[in-house]
Amino acid sequence: MRKLRSRYAYVAVPLTCVASAFIADVNVATPSLAQQQSRSETLTSLYANAANWPMASRDYANTRFSPLDQIRTENVGQLKLAWSFSVGANRGQEAAPLVVDGTLYVVAPYDGPHPNQVFALDAATGELKWSYAPKPTPAAKGVACCDVVSRGLAYDNGKIFLATLDDYMVALDARTGNELWVTKLGDINLGETITMAPLAVKGKVLAGNSGGEMGVRGWVTAVDQASGKIAWRAYSTGPDSDVLIGADFKPHYDWMKGKDLGVQSWPADRWRIGGGTVWGWLAYDPDLNHLYYGTANPGPWNADQRPGDNLWTSTIFARDVDAGAAKWAYQASPHDLWDHDEINENVLVDLDINGETRKVLIHPGRNGYLYVLDRTSGEVLSADTYDTVTVYSGVDLKTGRIKPVESMTPVLDKTIENVCPAPPGAKDWQPTAWSPRTKLLYVPHQHLCANFRTSEVSYIAGTPFVGATVDMYAGPGGHRGEFMAWDPVKRAKVWSLTEKLPVWSGTLATAGDIVFYGTMDRKFKAVDAKTGHVLWQATGPSGFIGQPVTYLGNDGVQYIAILSGVGGWPGVVANAEVDPRVRNGALGFTGATQDLPLYTVGGSTLLVFSLGPSGATNAPASR
Amino acid sequence: MRRALLLLALIIATAAVGRASWPTHEAADDLRVCADPNNLPFSNAAGEGFENRLAKLIAEELGKKLSYVWQAQRRGFIRNTLKADLCDIVMGVPTGYGPVETTAPYYRSRYVFVSRRDRDIDVASLKDARLREFRIGVHLIGDDGMNTPPAHVLAQEGMVENVVGFTIYGDYREPAPPLRLIKAVEDDAIDIAATWGPFAGYEALHSRVPLRIEAIEETSDFAPLRFSFDISMGVRKGDHALRRRLDQIISDKSAEIRAIVESYGVPVDHARNG
Repeated sequence: MRKLRSRYAYVAVPLTCVASAFIADVNVATPSLAQQQSRSETLTSLYANAANWPMASRDYANTRFSPLDQIRTENVGQLKLAWSFSVGANRGQEAAPLVVDGTLYVVAPYDGPHPNQVFALDAATGELKWSYAPKPTPAAKGVACCDVVSRGLAYDNGKIFLATLDDYMVALDARTGNELWVTKLGDINLGETITMAPLAVKGKVLAGNSGGEMGVRGWVTAVDQASGKIAWRAYSTGPDSDVLIGADFKPHYDWMKGKDLGVQSWPADRWRIGGGTVWGWLAYDPDLNHLYYGTANPGPWNADQRPGDNLWTSTIFARDVDAGAAKWAYQASPHDLWDHDEINENVLVDLDINGETRKVLIHPGRNGYLYVLDRTSGEVLSADTYDTVTVYSGVDLKTGRIKPVESMTPVLDKTIENVCPAPPGAKDWQPTAWSPRTKLLYVPHQHLCANFRTSEVSYIAGTPFVGATVDMYAGPGGHRGEFMAWDPVKRAKVWSLTEKLPVWSGTLATAGDIVFYGTMDRKFKAVDAKTGHVLWQATGPSGFIGQPVTYLGNDGVQYIAILSGVGGWPGVVANAEVDPRVRNGALGFTGATQDLPLYTVGGSTLLVFSLGPSGATNAPASR
Repeated sequence: MRRALLLLALIIATAAVGRASWPTHEAADDLRVCADPNNLPFSNAAGEGFENRLAKLIAEELGKKLSYVWQAQRRGFIRNTLKADLCDIVMGVPTGYGPVETTAPYYRSRYVFVSRRDRDIDVASLKDARLREFRIGVHLIGDDGMNTPPAHVLAQEGMVENVVGFTIYGDYREPAPPLRLIKAVEDDAIDIAATWGPFAGYEALHSRVPLRIEAIEETSDFAPLRFSFDISMGVRKGDHALRRRLDQIISDKSAEIRAIVESYGVPVDHARNG
């Protein structure tokens, strides 16, 4: 432990003085951090206070809905930049800022002089309170696939939790930035990285691994918040004992019942390198004590190498959060052919379906189907296409199995044309938001199809001879992105806005009946949640692929924050010197975003907006 | 006389252009090579790979000091090293490899079968029916829809249950992770491996049990999959002057280069008919 700790050093910038006069103006009842801790406040009560945004998706149900309503449809047009901050690394900015008790915490990508640096800022003024920089192993950069993003931090009990790209979980004192413990969760030498935002639940903090392209075996791991010790780890593939499948496991469908299906549904030993990584969103239902998450696609991509269903990849799991025991599972795409992993978020809401209130989980699938599942049992209540789908013909609600279109099955050296959705799916990691006021799900997503060839000449000498034969392009209509409102009860799209580029940012819904999202061509937009009318937009320094959040500063003012900085899988063409003329670069995404450098380069700026011009933050704080 | 003058003029012009086009290289006294620190038989941080030795030869011929930038060869390697201007040259890329400007080939090798000599397995074709009875090891690449050519063919032929995949990236804490596939043959964990020749040939030199290497034959039916590749050095696109000098060295020193490559057991293809 001590040895590991020495690999990290924090750079604490002490908060020398707080603008006390400023704080005196506070008219919002937000208890101090110390008060919260003394009452051993739970995360649930932290987000019950509308001022806070204490986890990436704001609440355990993954709604990304804020009860704040200072900013409303009639005044959103007055939003102005209040302050901004550079995180110092011009790579894909996918992180959600957290806000607890007037302090904003944000993490940088794994690049620049201080990879995965964490910053604590006064959420109203932008003043830097402290920063922390892990000291990663230099070899780490050569291992990570794709872009070196972080999707955010976690907070609980006065601690900030950072999952680094090179597989460490770090606990920091939220007040000082002091390092409390460092635990190694994975190994870059095995191709493992971590990009997801951890989730804090019941004294634990959880994260899973990324790196499905590297022949890794997926897992989610729970770490004890106090000691930093690993509490449990659930693998996605392998024998039941590793997947934590036991007597409590009751999947709804018969084909997912049986012993060691995580081994039996694979060719000999292939589960050991079978992917199923966990790099998206965790959700938690405190009443059922269930943790929910989806696993990534099976590896390798060449599906000929892995006949069988390849359980438990592309699967939604429900687990007991205390010991990790699986309660049920649902595999969305057995024997995935198209990189349609299912790490996408699960939104936990109660819906009136056929006159009955059901505890459901809404899962906007990468495979193009918007699933509504009973979250107590894993039964699929509905699964409807929300984007163009040509490779599946539907989901059989009796068996729960998706129906692949046989004629689209990849054949070596045959180009399969018009594969929709393309490998990134109809929606990737970019999270949706749910408004309990409109009862609509707001979905940022892409609209891409692809020509797909499983192989070409391949020279391999332990080297990346990337000649991916995936060519992506805009789906029907010619646009590549969409932001839509979906009614999961009516099972229909209510309104939609098309975008020329994939909408790779997250979204946010507020009690002001506004939803926010950003575009890769540098627009940050506020939209009427009921009608889809664009009410306001700002042009940022770089394209947006971040997660917008909202909170109250200690001045009682409602702020909207989002990181600007294009990147991620679709954005490497703009920030990582991938030749835009090579259509099949970046696993085929280059072809779909060839024109991105016409609109933006990379960036690293946190933008914070508030109502102007009379907003308190426009006046300099006296010190 | 007139002809001689023209020639002289050309030489002067070429020299001038050469100087102007890559002043940084002329000024710098080292040849910067980007390489994997743990990828024998090609390269390692101790300089024990054949590509290390070839790089040393090249540097000497250029009259430069050899320096390395080490990075694991994963996706983004070229982008993050050569294209990021951290080095001037990468060794061992397939001739015509798109992201770089490639030199003339300096060796050609092919995919082979490896088995323990004491097993007396003389399989040389992927069509051999006996393969169905063996546990066959292959390298799996993972993403990009790519795998090694033998892995693709075995899948096409319906052989999957008896095929064992070894990820090419392997466990990077161990030396030369891709060699684990051939060590599995030595350990009798698998009966036969189908792998890239340099891995097999090198491991055969160091194996504690004698290994049998058979070039994979009868591959034309599996086109467009190829089983032999010309290998070149790569420079940044547009760095024609350096590429031309490397071409000249490869031509001048072909015998020495071949001797180094073959001293590592690399099965070198003399025929040019893929």
